[in-house]
Amino acid sequence: MNLNFEKIIPYVHLFGSAILVTLEVAALAAIGGSILGLAFSLSGRKGSPVRYLVKGIVEFFRGTPLLIQLTFFHYGLPQVTGWIPDVMTSALIVFSINSGAYLSEILRAGIESIDKGQIEAAHALGVKNFDITFSIIIPQALRNVLPAIMNEFITLVKETSVVSVIGLTDIMRREQMIASVTYRYFEPSLIAMMIYLVLNIILSFVGKKLERALKYD
Amino acid sequence: MISLTNVSKVFDKTTVLKEVTIEFEPEKTYAIIGSSGAGKSTLLRCINLLEIPSSGSVVVDGVNLVVDKKKLSLVREKIGMVFQNFNLFAHMSALHNVMFALVKVKKMNDADAQKEAVKYLTEVGLQYRLNNYPHQLSGGEKQRVAIARALAMKPKVMLFDEPTSALDPEMTQEVLKVIKQLNHIGMTNIIVTHEIKFAQEVADYIIFMDNAEILEVTPTQIFFSKPKSSRAVEFLSNMI
Repeated sequence: MNLNFEKIIPYVHLFGSAILVTLEVAALAAIGGSILGLAFSLSGRKGSPVRYLVKGIVEFFRGTPLLIQLTFFHYGLPQVTGWIPDVMTSALIVFSINSGAYLSEILRAGIESIDKGQIEAAHALGVKNFDITFSIIIPQALRNVLPAIMNEFITLVKETSVVSVIGLTDIMRREQMIASVTYRYFEPSLIAMMIYLVLNIILSFVGKKLERALKYD
Repeated sequence: MISLTNVSKVFDKTTVLKEVTIEFEPEKTYAIIGSSGAGKSTLLRCINLLEIPSSGSVVVDGVNLVVDKKKLSLVREKIGMVFQNFNLFAHMSALHNVMFALVKVKKMNDADAQKEAVKYLTEVGLQYRLNNYPHQLSGGEKQRVAIARALAMKPKVMLFDEPTSALDPEMTQEVLKVIKQLNHIGMTNIIVTHEIKFAQEVADYIIFMDNAEILEVTPTQIFFSKPKSSRAVEFLSNMI
């Protein structure tokens, strides 16, 4: 057995700022992704003029690895556009669109789960499409797919670990840095995993609370 | 105030309504009867354009709805509808089901809308159910909430699409009682129903449909004593 957490202790505090970076990417991408996901799911519906464009974006971002999307955007695109985004900007843009693509499919399923009768009833009362969408469909759709949405957010927290490849010092990158100065791998990896685990347990707890709050039957 | 002229509806290749022409007089109650698949519900749903006619015109209060889609929600405000499956908003209490369109369509403030909603829920005998959600209500109660929801908009016309078909006999009676009481308000009621006795009691006119067509529109008493079409004679004889 070759374990020595003492050697790691002087470095552990460095995880602090790294956790903040991970949280920043995950939280902002979750917000961006939710907005995009909602926009995609609504504009991807039958009869929308841009639905093939939206479907294309969704298929592309679901069908290619996130890691390549990120390096392509951060290292590849500047070659063509000349614009060099900072690492946080690249991470947020790619993660937002990527999780937006997944969320839009989840929301689409939720929207389709709403029984058409309620929508007809609202039409018959003279309610406008906007109010039907935002007061009847979305609240019920969200409730129905909340577990799947929380699942996506948990995935997002873990996937942010790939930002280490473009040089953002998140939990994963910090772990690699500590490992490379201490020549120890087991201990920093274990700590990093525990941090991700705790973050996601908290997230899943919040999800359960939210589910209960939105319950109406 | 409502007239349908040569209204046809074709789903894929099946003709569900064939060149139907009919005019509804104000403040009268019409019962649409006939066997299943005769096109009764489709006819009803063409009146507020939940079903868009394949051809023909639907004129309500001088507006041809088939052409003038912009005025559709405006006209729909005046036409209440009650569905076979209630179609209550599942995430709203009985009170909010009734308040919703008052706030969103009639632009009432919450306090006024609530007062109005309570009034109509009381009228259908549900004053003790205001804060219950649809899943907590019996079928009959759900349908009464749906009736209150439609009535609260003060429609000139009420459409009932088989309002008791999803209910057991006891609840059917409870809902029919409520509908009968409405007769006094001076609305036009158009009711698709399989409850022949009920139709006989409340309707001024019977619209008898068969095979996508209206065979006759006859004053109720005459229809039940001396129907014009032979198909109606056959239909009525099967009723007993």
